[in-house]
Amino acid sequence: MTKKSFRPDVDAPEYKGAYVPYDIIKEGAIAVLVVVILTAALALVFSSPDERAVTIKTWSNADAVDFAQTAGNELAGTSAVANYGAPYNSNGTSQHWGFLSPEKWVGVHININTTNDFVINPLSAQPDQPALTAALNEWKSASSATQAKWDDAFNKAEPNLTYVNGQVHLPTTGAGPIPVLLNFETAMARSGALDQALVTQNGFYTTNFTKPLLFISDGTYFAGLAAKQHLTGSQWGMMNETGQYPGQAWLWLYTFWYQVHPYSTSASGDFLVWGTMMILTALLILLPFIPGLRSIPRRIKIYRIIWREHYANQA
Amino acid sequence: MSNAQIERQWTSRLRRSVVEKLPPDKLLPDTQPAYVASWIYVFGVTTMAALGMVIATGCILALDGPQWWHSSSLGHFVNSMHLWSVEIFFFAMIVHLWGKFSMAAWRGGRSLTWVTGAVTFLASILAGFTGYVSQTNFDSQWIATQAKDGINSTGGGAFFNVLNLGQMLMWHIVLLPIAAIVLTGLHVIMVRIKGVVPPFEENVEVSA
Repeated sequence: MTKKSFRPDVDAPEYKGAYVPYDIIKEGAIAVLVVVILTAALALVFSSPDERAVTIKTWSNADAVDFAQTAGNELAGTSAVANYGAPYNSNGTSQHWGFLSPEKWVGVHININTTNDFVINPLSAQPDQPALTAALNEWKSASSATQAKWDDAFNKAEPNLTYVNGQVHLPTTGAGPIPVLLNFETAMARSGALDQALVTQNGFYTTNFTKPLLFISDGTYFAGLAAKQHLTGSQWGMMNETGQYPGQAWLWLYTFWYQVHPYSTSASGDFLVWGTMMILTALLILLPFIPGLRSIPRRIKIYRIIWREHYANQA
Repeated sequence: MSNAQIERQWTSRLRRSVVEKLPPDKLLPDTQPAYVASWIYVFGVTTMAALGMVIATGCILALDGPQWWHSSSLGHFVNSMHLWSVEIFFFAMIVHLWGKFSMAAWRGGRSLTWVTGAVTFLASILAGFTGYVSQTNFDSQWIATQAKDGINSTGGGAFFNVLNLGQMLMWHIVLLPIAAIVLTGLHVIMVRIKGVVPPFEENVEVSA
C-alpha cells in the first residue's frame, strides 16, 4: 500500500505547535461594539442619500416636449421598450452569444404593448370627453396600414414638436388623431393621473411599477438627471448612487466590463458581461478544486506576511 | 424500550453525530493555535457583527414600512445606519475573502467552508442589490432600470423582475436574509468543526 503524497494546495499539515488563550465570546462582543459605534458615527456624519423618485407628473411638468415625444414613440411603437424583445414583447432582437440566447428561449413573460399599455388604455379610462373619444375611436377603427402612415408622419415631425400654452403642437397634418391623443396624454400626465393609471391596470392593490418605470426610462429626462449624478453606464453606472456615497462598490468588476471593448460596443453586451461574470463566479466558488488557480496563494506568498510570527519562530 | 432501541432512534443518532463532530470545546473554544495572530483574522467576526447590525436596523425600518424613512428624521437616521452597516459588512467580508484566499484556507478538508463562504458572498450581493432597488427613491428607479437589461439578457428577468417593487422587497427582507443567515451559520459551523487552517509548511516536497 503506497502512502498518499502530500499536496500543499489541498492538504494542510498537522499543527503540533503551541496554543494560546482565546476568548471567542469577548472577541464577538468587542466586534459588535466596534461595529455599532462605527455605524452610528458614519450615519451621523454622512447620513444617506434620498433623492426623490421621478414621477410621470414631475417629468411631464419639467419637460413636456420630451414627455410628448416619448409618448408619441410609445404610441407609434418606435420606443426602446416597444422594440425591446423578451421578456416584454417579441419585437426586438434577443441578446445572444453564438447559439446561446436564453432571453429568446424564455420568451415573453411580462407582456408590454406600449401603444395600448402606455397610451390607448390610460386615455380610454378617462371620463368622457368628446374630442378624446373621437380621436380614440379614429385610432381604434383605423387599419394597421393607416396607423402606420400616421406613425410615419409623427416620426418625421416629432423633432419639431413643441409645447406652448398648455398644448402640444406637432407640425404635420398627416398624423391623424395622434396630436389630439398626445395632447390629452400630456394633460393627463401633468395632472398626475397617468402615474396612477399605469400602476392600477392590474387592480386596486399594486406593488408592481414595471410599466411606469419602463415608460420613464424611455424618455431623455430621466437619463439626463442620472447623467448629472454620474450614474450612467459609461460613468460606472449602477454601482454608484446619488451624491458622494460609496454605493455598491463591490459590483466594480461587473460594472468594469461595461467600460471596455467588446462589451461596451456589442449589441449583446449585457449577455456577454453576465456570461463572463458567471464564469468568474464559478471559478471563485470552485477555486479549491481547480489545479493551478489553487496554487496562486502558495506562489505569491502573501501568507508569509499573515503568518510572519509563526515563520519567525520557526527560523 | 431497550437501550439498543434508544440508541437507534433518529434523535439519539443525530445527538451523537453533533457531539462527535462539534464538541463544546470546539464550538466555544478557549484556546487557539498560536499562528492565529494577525489582524486579518478579525474581519470574519467583524463581518458577522456587521450582518447583525444590518439585520437589526432592517428590522427597525420594517416596523413602519418601506416608505417611513422618507418622512421621518429618525427613520432617515436608521436608514443611514442600515446603509453604513452594509458598507462595513461588505468591506469586512471582502477583506476576509482575500485574507482566506491568501492563506489557501480550503486546505485540509476545508473546501466546503470556502464554498459556503463564496456562496454567502453572492447571496449578500443579491441582498444588497434588492435593497438598493427597494429604496423607493431616484436611486432605486435608476438602478432597477439599468440592471434589468443584464438580468433580462440571461432570461432571468422573466421571473426576477427588478422593476417589481413588491417582488424585490420580499426577496430583500425575507428570502435573501434567510439565505444569508443559514449560509453564514453553516460557514461558521464548518470553521468550528475544522478549525483555522494551519500555515503552509515550507521546505516540503511538492507533488503535482
